[in-house]
Parts: sequence; structure tokens; C-alpha cells
Amino acid sequence: MEQLRYSRVPELRGWRDVPIAGIVPWPGSTAENRMHAWRTFRPVIDPEKCVRCRLCWVYCPDGAIVELDKPYTTRSGRTYKVTYEVNYDYCKGCGICANECPVKAIRMVPEVR
Amino acid sequence: MALTRPVRTVWDIPREERFAPGHAMCQGCGAAIIMRHLMKVVGKDAIIVMATGCVEVTTTLFPRTSWLNPWLHLAFENAGAAASGVEAALKVLRRKGVIDGSRRVKVVAIAGDGGSFDIGLQSLSGMLERGHDVMFVVYDNEAYMNTGIQRSSATPYGAWTTTTPVGKRWRGEWRPKKDIIGIALAHRIPYVATANPAYPTDMVEKFRRAFEIEGPSLVHVLSPCTPGWRIPTEKTIEVARLAVQTGVWVLLEVVNGRPRVTVKVPRRKHVRHYLRLQGRFRHLTDEEIERIQKMVDQYVEEINRWVGEQAIGPVAE
Ligand SMILES: Cc1ncc(C[n+]2csc(CCOP(=O)(O)OP(=O)(O)O)c2C)c(N)n1
Ligand code: SF4
Ligand code: SF4
Ligand code: SF4
Ligand SMILES: [Mg+2]
Repeated sequence: MEQLRYSRVPELRGWRDVPIAGIVPWPGSTAENRMHAWRTFRPVIDPEKCVRCRLCWVYCPDGAIVELDKPYTTRSGRTYKVTYEVNYDYCKGCGICANECPVKAIRMVPEVR
Repeated sequence: MALTRPVRTVWDIPREERFAPGHAMCQGCGAAIIMRHLMKVVGKDAIIVMATGCVEVTTTLFPRTSWLNPWLHLAFENAGAAASGVEAALKVLRRKGVIDGSRRVKVVAIAGDGGSFDIGLQSLSGMLERGHDVMFVVYDNEAYMNTGIQRSSATPYGAWTTTTPVGKRWRGEWRPKKDIIGIALAHRIPYVATANPAYPTDMVEKFRRAFEIEGPSLVHVLSPCTPGWRIPTEKTIEVARLAVQTGVWVLLEVVNGRPRVTVKVPRRKHVRHYLRLQGRFRHLTDEEIERIQKMVDQYVEEINRWVGEQAIGPVAE
């Protein structure tokens, strides 16, 4: 999975560790948050059905669909240069990707064990 | 670097994410989709100036931030004023040689409908009128969502909000939506556009042009809100698309006063397809829906007359 070049926030033990004026010098640091607990359904992409149209990646509010330069050959012999995967750390399970997928290659599966 | 190549297909949208995940926007939030794409377009050469509202509070919970750009936290009313100040400061820094004069750094102001149509209107007007080189993005979720779904002057006719309730006497909002595009145009600024996240290439290309142009620009983006509009979380894009297909939301671009419809709709859908999907309109009777249909018909007629062609066609289904 793409490891993000976002900053980490150091441990802040008290007000002395807070930067002057409350500025936040840690760009992109919400990437440290894990959003999986928000989810009741998880999207599962079927790489066989997926036609690599990019729409799930476009419409995801949480940047949780990742586009990887990972070739994939389907059982019927078609090779694609990219693969779409879900980053389950950030996916909140809204279901937009599954709703918008033109070939219904994404299933929403209940998060139960 | 900001995006310079025209965007014609979704494949022209940069892969690089410049809006970090892990923010606290609701499941299915339309504004989150808009911000992701806006940041892909403006790249690192933008200073973001943001009125408070949903996007602000959900992306900057101390000590973390979703933003990768210099980003200024503001009050509710002063995005236009603060953006003007930052832009003026950049000019002085360039003149004094403190920053490289050849490097284009642009100020991008972002505000909700409340922060632009209502309390932010005066400072927005000043910014437009003085001709600051600022791109102003309005994400319009049609109410004050951050504070719990109070109506704004962008709330459409008939919509339920907590301050336009539905009961025996009240039937939701009874005033029509304010025409922010008309207000922006009255300032004779070089670039004004409407956009919609269900039409991503159109939206991204408009962001790109609004960023590239010298002088003030405004992009007004429809931003479905899952709790505020009472829609299932997966319906955000479907609802946004229906707004265009029904003629409720016309995708416009006005460059130096010349208007154009960028996404034509030869045959419109009846407005009930849009309204029936949303809980905020659930109370509407067939008669009330017909009244809204008439309002849309009139709006479409005005637009067609303005652009000088039948860009939006008749109701077909
Ligand atoms: C002067 C002032 N009044 C009220 C508030 C409280 N407040 C913060 S955000 C907000 C509503 C924001 O609405 P909008 O601009 O539409 O953004 P949204 O939350 O819908 O994204 C309000 C009323 C404030 N911050 N300052
Ligand atoms: S369910 Fe929602 S958050 Fe998760 S990957 Fe799909 S669009 Fe993104
Ligand atoms: S929307 Fe569906 S077909 Fe398109 S890339 Fe995503 S999973 Fe594949
Ligand atoms: S309340 Fe609406 S606009 Fe605000 S974060 Fe949630 S979905 Fe987005
Ligand atoms: Mg709002």
C-alpha cells in the first residue's frame, strides 16, 4: 500500500510543547488517524470485474481507493496496468464507490465476524 | 506546481493526493470529494484561507491537519478580507525581493454557503470589487451544517432545516435560493463558474481555470451533505448528478462576462427525481413539487435566454 508522505505529530506533553500561536507545523498529519471504526460495511473490489474506469478513485471522499501501478491479468486474459485497492485504514464505508461503479465490481460486505 | 494541462477526461486528474485522509468529515461527505480535487489542481503553490464551517472544523482538529499547504484559520465572516490581505502581503514580499517574483503563488479562499452568501458576503464583495488575485471556492451544502443544519440564504425552497421546520404552519424553507452567481457577476470579475462533484472533469477543469486566471474568480460548487440533506451515505454523487439532470443545478462558466453552459442537458428529468431521494424534501406534496418544477422551468428559461441557445432542454421524464 502506498505509504504516505504525511507528517507525524510528536508527543505533546504540555502547553510548552505547543507551537507558538497554536500553529500546526505537521502537514497532512490526520493521516495518522485510523477511520475503520466508522465503518459498518466494507467495500471489496473484484479485480476480475473491474474495468479500471477510475471512478471509484475519483469519487471517494476519503482518498481511500488507491491507484497502484500494479499489472493484473484477468482469467479471460485481459491485462491492465493499474489495480485499485481499498485502504481500509481510511475507508469509512460510505458506499459511494460501490454505488457509482459502472460494472458493479464493488460489493459492500458487513463488518461482522 | 498547479495543474496547467487542460482536463478532458478523468485520466487528466493528478494521482497525487494533497488532502490527507483521516479527516473527520461524515461518511459520504460531498465537500470532502470537492476538497480532494481542488487540492490536486492547485498543488503546492497555493495559500489556503478558510472560513470556519464543516470543512474547517473536520480537517484541523488540533494538533492534526489534513492540509499540506500553508493554511489560515479564520472566523466565519472574513474569508474574503483575509484572502485580500494575504494577497496584498504577497505582492509586497515580491516587490521587496523576499520571495521569488517569478514564482506564482496564489491565494485560494474557501467558504461554505453561510460563509459566502450570508455573513461572509460583505468581505467577499470587497475582495471581488478591489480586484484581488484570489480564487474563491464556495462549497454549497445549502445550510449551516457545522452548527446543526440551520437554514442559510442558499437553502432551496421547500427544504427542511432545523430553523425551517415542517409542521402545521411551516413547510420548510419558503424563500428561494439567493443568486450568488448574479452577485459575483455584478462585480465584473473575469471568471465565475458553477461546478458539481458528479461531473469531476468539468469541476477540475473549472478549478484549473479559476486558479490560472489573473484577478478574482469564484467557483460555486454544489456539495451534498449526507446528514443535512437526509440522504443515504452512498447517494452523494447520485443526488449531485440528478441536480444537473433535472436543471436544478446548471453547469455554467462565465469568462469576462460571456456565459456558456459547459454540460448541456438536452432532455431534463422531472425535479421529483431529485427531491424524492432526499429526506429534507420528504414532506413535499405533489402540488408543492409542481411549484418547484415551475421555479426550475423559469430558471432554465432564463439561463437559455442568457446563453443564447437551448442548453437545457424540456422535461422528458
Ligand atoms: C460570527 C459567528 N457566528 C456564528 C459562528 C458559529 N458558526 C461556525 S460555522 C457556522 C456555520 C457554517 O455554515 P457554512 O458556511 O454554510 O458552512 P458548513 O458548516 O455548512 O460547511 C456557524 C454558524 C461563528 N463561528 N462566528
Ligand atoms: S466506501 Fe466510501 S470511503 Fe470507503 S472506499 Fe468506498 S467511497 Fe471510499
Ligand atoms: S469504479 Fe468499478 S470498474 Fe471503475 S475502477 Fe472502480 S472498481 Fe473498477
Ligand atoms: S455535516 Fe455535511 S458538509 Fe458537514 S462534514 Fe458532514 S456531510 Fe460534510
Ligand atoms: Mg453550508
